[in-house]
Amino acid sequence: MHHVAFDLFRAYRLSPAVSLRAEPFGALAYHFGTRRLSLVKSPELVTVLRLLDSHDSAAGALDAAGVPIRQRARYAVALAALADSEVIGAR
Amino acid sequence: MRADTAGQPRRTAALTEQFKAGLAAPICLTWELTYACNLACVHCLSASGRRDPRELSTAECMRVVDELERMQVFYANIGGGEPTLRPDFWDLLDYSVAHHVGIKFSTNGVRLDKRAAQRLARTGYVDVQISIDGATAEVNDAVRGIGSFAMARRAMDALAEAGFGEFKISIVVTRHNVSQLDAFKQIADEYGARLRVTRLRPSGRAADCWDDLHPTAAQQRLLYDWLCARPDVLTGDSFFHLSAFGSPLPGLNLCGAGRVVCLIDPVGDVYACPFVLHEQFRAGNVRQPGGFARVWRESELLRRLREPASAGACASCGQFDACQGGCMAAKFFTGLPLDGPDPECVLGHGQPELASTCLPDRPRPSAGHSRTGRAAPVLIPADRIATRAAT
Ligand code: SF4
Ligand code: SF4
Repeated sequence: MHHVAFDLFRAYRLSPAVSLRAEPFGALAYHFGTRRLSLVKSPELVTVLRLLDSHDSAAGALDAAGVPIRQRARYAVALAALADSEVIGAR
Repeated sequence: MRADTAGQPRRTAALTEQFKAGLAAPICLTWELTYACNLACVHCLSASGRRDPRELSTAECMRVVDELERMQVFYANIGGGEPTLRPDFWDLLDYSVAHHVGIKFSTNGVRLDKRAAQRLARTGYVDVQISIDGATAEVNDAVRGIGSFAMARRAMDALAEAGFGEFKISIVVTRHNVSQLDAFKQIADEYGARLRVTRLRPSGRAADCWDDLHPTAAQQRLLYDWLCARPDVLTGDSFFHLSAFGSPLPGLNLCGAGRVVCLIDPVGDVYACPFVLHEQFRAGNVRQPGGFARVWRESELLRRLREPASAGACASCGQFDACQGGCMAAKFFTGLPLDGPDPECVLGHGQPELASTCLPDRPRPSAGHSRTGRAAPVLIPADRIATRAAT
């Protein structure tokens, strides 16, 4: 699907135009600018998104959320897709 | 609704399965502000015409907006009736946008003059959808009333002139306008607008003319091919029963009633979907204690709709994954079992049942506000329908 390069060692943030709504499967992310709805399909990923802003790197947010190192690559793919749809952006 | 499914770390059940169980709040919330309408379209899904004296007041509407903001309903699809006939329409629009509930509203254009268009162009986070049902005045006015085509075109001109940007032109596909699909697209392209085509359901006044107006089997095939070739045309995910023809159309292919879809009507009644204005699908009222949130979360009816349903006679169909048995409203108002094929099942499996029900036996839509008795479509001979846009 998405194979955008994602730099885990950069700082990111949830876009200020995005509203995250908790759902049983994770969350819905709505971008008020692009008016696109994205699905965040696990509660763990939602936690990561909420931690991005307070960490100096995406890797830092993953650690803080308790994501094991061996799962980082999979999270990077998910984060890349969310960056692609402007749900998150580098800061 | 088209959603991006970001590649995710942990594979959960398929998306449709998640949505079937229901969400914390609707995604596709329709809110009809008034039953009043200047037109009397023969296929009006809400059988609108006269204002209802019990309609929500301005203050009550604002309370609903507050609640939608708390529930994080990202936007509301505002309709009616003709929503702009409410004197407080523009105030409600501003209030809603200021409270992070985006507005997508449908209008026949009656109040959309230059001043209104300029005002809209200045308001962020508003989508405007102008309804027409023919690419020519002849085809359009037969369904929507004399002069309604010219009125809609004036509104489109005003939006274009005010620099509103991409608005939407919304069409309900009927037997009489299916041959004008290209012409509709041409009109939209000329305005830089987005074309939206949706399915005719036998709801509201359309219950009385659906048999004459719904596309024929051959036309459904044509429509499917046309849509497949034009992924930029919006459908409101309303044609998923056509997915049984082959590859699925883009979007959410399932009946979202009570799961992701919901209606608040002008008097505050909450229905599972805008196309099922019937006692049987009324989940509650926003005026009750706990308001809309409580109805959405606790209504017995909505909970039932989120439970796994039996596929009935569709269970043995190889296309069930694609088409999910079609539209509940279409089945209900044509008197078909809700767990069987859609009346417009592309494999023809709805036909035998449909042939055995006749109009007087079918459930009657409730909450009608028509100004006169039953409306009847003006039927136009097929050879008289222009297939090119009159510009
Ligand atoms: S039989 Fe049912 S599932 Fe199969 S195509 Fe018809 S409506 Fe869809
Ligand atoms: S009842 Fe029909 S119109 Fe309503 S949500 Fe289901 S499929 Fe859509």
